[in-house]
Amino acid sequence: MIHVDNLVRRYGETTAVAGISFEIPAREVVGFLGPNGAGKTTTLKVLTGFLLPSSGTVKVAGLDASTDPLGCRRSIGYLPENNPLYEDLEVAEYLEWCAAARGLESAKARSAVKSAIERCALGAVIGKDIGQLSKGFRQRVGLAAAILHDPPILLLDEPTSGLDPNQAAEVRALITELKKEKTVLYSSHILSEVKASCDRVLIIHRGQIVAQGSPAELEARSTGAQRLELVLAEESKAREAADFIRAVEGVESAEPRAAGGEAAVTIMTRAEAGDLRAKIFALAAEKRWPVLELYREGATLEDVFRSLTA
Amino acid sequence: MKGFKALFLKETRAYFNTPTAYIIAVVFLFCTGYFSAQPMFVLGQASVSGFLDLVPLLLTFFVPAITMRLFSEEQKAGTIELLQTLPVEDHEIVLSKYAAAVTLLWSLLALTLGFPVALGILGNLDWGATLVGYAGLALAAAMLAAVGLFASAMTRNQVVAFIVGWAGSFALYALGKVDALVPPWLSPFTDFMGLDAHIHGMARGVIDTRDLIYFASFGGVFLFLTLVRLWVSRTD
Repeated sequence: MIHVDNLVRRYGETTAVAGISFEIPAREVVGFLGPNGAGKTTTLKVLTGFLLPSSGTVKVAGLDASTDPLGCRRSIGYLPENNPLYEDLEVAEYLEWCAAARGLESAKARSAVKSAIERCALGAVIGKDIGQLSKGFRQRVGLAAAILHDPPILLLDEPTSGLDPNQAAEVRALITELKKEKTVLYSSHILSEVKASCDRVLIIHRGQIVAQGSPAELEARSTGAQRLELVLAEESKAREAADFIRAVEGVESAEPRAAGGEAAVTIMTRAEAGDLRAKIFALAAEKRWPVLELYREGATLEDVFRSLTA
Repeated sequence: MKGFKALFLKETRAYFNTPTAYIIAVVFLFCTGYFSAQPMFVLGQASVSGFLDLVPLLLTFFVPAITMRLFSEEQKAGTIELLQTLPVEDHEIVLSKYAAAVTLLWSLLALTLGFPVALGILGNLDWGATLVGYAGLALAAAMLAAVGLFASAMTRNQVVAFIVGWAGSFALYALGKVDALVPPWLSPFTDFMGLDAHIHGMARGVIDTRDLIYFASFGGVFLFLTLVRLWVSRTD
């Protein structure tokens, strides 16, 4: 659905996007991750045709952006960063205008506006000026405008930024609902959100893609040292447990610490050791330690993100 | 074309659904009325030549006041991104905004037709020359609107857009007034570049292709520059 080949975009001397290539098949939801200034927004702006690439090719819905920019724009619904809207139009007026400007027939436009209003739960504010809306409603108006013409592709630039947790959850729910029928590429720096709703993640740093894959793949990729937490019911056992665990092969370090009547041992494993949970559990069983918990604080998407973009 | 229509209607509504158009209309009618009624009472003449003389100067202020928001506002609010990601061509964006500004300007000029009508009732007015003169004003207004639109596209600051638009318009106006000040070899040039000669020609009731070419080519150049500016903003 989206095909980017060796895309470069410069602003004067600075290179915002330095030759990235990726492909997004139909009906995949892809999270676009990266620190601020990594080139996410620039990439999205090039995909929408708002910016032209310095070099490289962009294909959207099978159309070449350089030869058929209008066709590309027709198949894209776009929510720009910071969600600019015409503040002095009423919600319904704005959506009707979007439909008209996109050339929808008036009957089709009416039903499109109606269904966008329903989908984004804007019924309560249709007669209000956009300038008076709360941030959550504004965001929904932006989303409504993006899905209005029923595009096969949605490009959303930080759709949940600046929203409170409830509003963000609503927006995520809407994206999850849309993912059954649309190809979605959205940028974010909220990792938990991306993990929850994306099939695949692209991590971009300094204008280049540094990693891509499903959230699980990326987490597995960081096969470095793991951190295990062993929680015991008796504070007094912590030191003893730590000493024994240190002797286990593959353990780098084991630090006991006491917390609120419980004892915990933080175990760092060596990178090549693999999963040591079974071994540690066997040891605990043998020594009859009162184990409350044993868990791996395995590499999270966040660790991967940090290690790649730090 | 559908895109053009929707954009044009939105721009027109932005003028006429807000106080902008009405405030401008009141002030414009006041200025033109005050100055054009004077020759009638002082000189006892039924002529619109004083009016036709004055309006170009007024236009150098009113036109940029009307055009200053067209692109600056969109650039400042970021809504230009909405416009430029719609499936419409850049020239439709430029022309829809331009057409809306010209619609407002021509409406203002049409409102002033009350003065010649009053003169026509009171005295013996040359209607042919008056109407050709009005056509000249309408063309001059449309030309200056292109200058103002370009100024608006160059900045996100409306005040800057106004001042630059005014300076450009006033330069064209002033060039027509410096005949006596420049060396004789330069005067054909200033004459052609300035608004004055072209408006005066038409105010005498003469339709000269050179005047039409002047208005059309200057207007066209600035519309084209605006279009280039939009294109550059995509590549910059």
